[in-house]
Amino acid sequence: MSELLISITPIDWLLDPLTHDFMRRALMVSALVGGVCGLLSCYMTLKGWALMGDAVSHAVMPGVVVAYALGLPFSLGAFVFGVGSVALIGFVKQKSRIKEDTVIGLVFTGFFALGLVLVSKIKSNIDLMQILFGSPLGISRSDVNQTLIISFIVISILLIFRKDLMLYCFDAKHARSIGINTGILHYLLLTLLSLSAVVGLQTVGIILVVAMLITPGATAYLLTDRFDKMTLLAVISSSFSSVLGVYISYWSDIETGGSIVLVQTLIFLIAFLFAPRYGIFKNQTFINNN
Amino acid sequence: MNPIFKSHEHDFMRIEADQVCVDYNGTVALYDASLNLKAGSICGLVGMNGAGKSTFFKALMGFVRPSRGKIRINGIKVNQAQKEQSVAYVPQNEGIDYSFPVSVWDVVMMGRYGAMNIFRIPRESDRRAVAHALERVDLLDLRERPIGSLSGGQRKRAFLARAIAQRASVLLLDEPFSGVDVPTEKLMAELFLQFRQEGHTILISTHDLNHVRDFCDFVVLINKTVLAYGETSEVFTSENLNKTFGGIPPNPLSGPTSSNDFINE
Repeated sequence: MSELLISITPIDWLLDPLTHDFMRRALMVSALVGGVCGLLSCYMTLKGWALMGDAVSHAVMPGVVVAYALGLPFSLGAFVFGVGSVALIGFVKQKSRIKEDTVIGLVFTGFFALGLVLVSKIKSNIDLMQILFGSPLGISRSDVNQTLIISFIVISILLIFRKDLMLYCFDAKHARSIGINTGILHYLLLTLLSLSAVVGLQTVGIILVVAMLITPGATAYLLTDRFDKMTLLAVISSSFSSVLGVYISYWSDIETGGSIVLVQTLIFLIAFLFAPRYGIFKNQTFINNN
Repeated sequence: MNPIFKSHEHDFMRIEADQVCVDYNGTVALYDASLNLKAGSICGLVGMNGAGKSTFFKALMGFVRPSRGKIRINGIKVNQAQKEQSVAYVPQNEGIDYSFPVSVWDVVMMGRYGAMNIFRIPRESDRRAVAHALERVDLLDLRERPIGSLSGGQRKRAFLARAIAQRASVLLLDEPFSGVDVPTEKLMAELFLQFRQEGHTILISTHDLNHVRDFCDFVVLINKTVLAYGETSEVFTSENLNKTFGGIPPNPLSGPTSSNDFINE
């Protein structure tokens, strides 16, 4: 397909994929998932939960396998194991002298290994590669519906509790002292993390979903000092990367998850180098004038 | 300006702690700590690190549950007082992530969250409260600046403004004098006096004895329990300070080199 690249116009490049039903679905789902994960990634990076995101996204693996085997919606299984892993991390940390990052690493690799073993043992038509690396181009209608519902839930909760969650990330003590239940916010954020990991793994797969949950937030963090702007920039850059990644994947016949995450990483690199205030080559006059 | 809240009830007890005990997994952090502070007073909470200062603070803020004893803020339980926005906590500068993408205005507005509805959409009255609070700490001109771009003293003032905007009657300040410049210290001294006039009660946790003498009407000396408590001039005796610091001189960087130095000054 790559030899075609030379002969097609940019308009064709954009419109041709839209003639296929599966591509329209893939682009819509990717844009939505990108937006959801991008929004949440702001909270993950500000709260310092990158490792937690990695843990939860890997820990959902056995849940996906079990749900497939039982014929249940795979998001249900993933959600149960995502939240379960978080509860287990909290339990082991509290009941032992082991430090938190060790506990996180321990629990998520354990769950992930269980998932791998289950895939090899349970006789079904589960495609391991699809779980590990995602396949937005092959997404089914029922999966689209699941993604729509979960995305709606996550976005609604994030919009309603936007300020409370921001305050919780910034100064949990103050939140508590004015009567806000920070325990509930903590578990709410973890639940949102599990749900976002579930939708994210459809497009980029379990291994790369953590990128969706931290890279857009990190990029936006370099570009602004305002929380609202940061969420907006993260959502835009994340959705844009997802859509562009799918297009590139279509035309160049490369793996979609990797393509999406590479675009995200490139955008991060550009921000890292050229962000007006926080980039490596920052603009001195910009800083002096502000 | 209207009085922020009923300031005439000067005999009204703002903080009542009665034989409070706190233990963490069986280790006693604080026992039999009792304290009564009336409206319109400034009190220093003095003790060594690990003497139970922060535990007492946490108990007063409802962050730890006393295993015994009871605490009342404005005559009601701590969690109810929190819901009524009566308690404001001014954190140590070290406890805050200053690279967080919020402006000075945003931070002070956080003091109003408890009074807003679930969506935390500021009303005109909230904006006025924030502007007024920023004016009182002399930061109105810097309101659009990111919180991280402020100096140590300005940061402290921003968090004081948040407490003012909250309109809390009880202010708990954790090491308010560390990393603060002279103008800020002067401004804080004036503010504390105004707060007292308005009927606020301020509790300052510190190991800085000089500031306690300059700022506080009352002092509480803590070493696992309340060793002594009363008017600063009466409580600050070399005997009491020796008991508090166990014969070890306080930190030379922030206080007199020994308790005797302080008394002889």
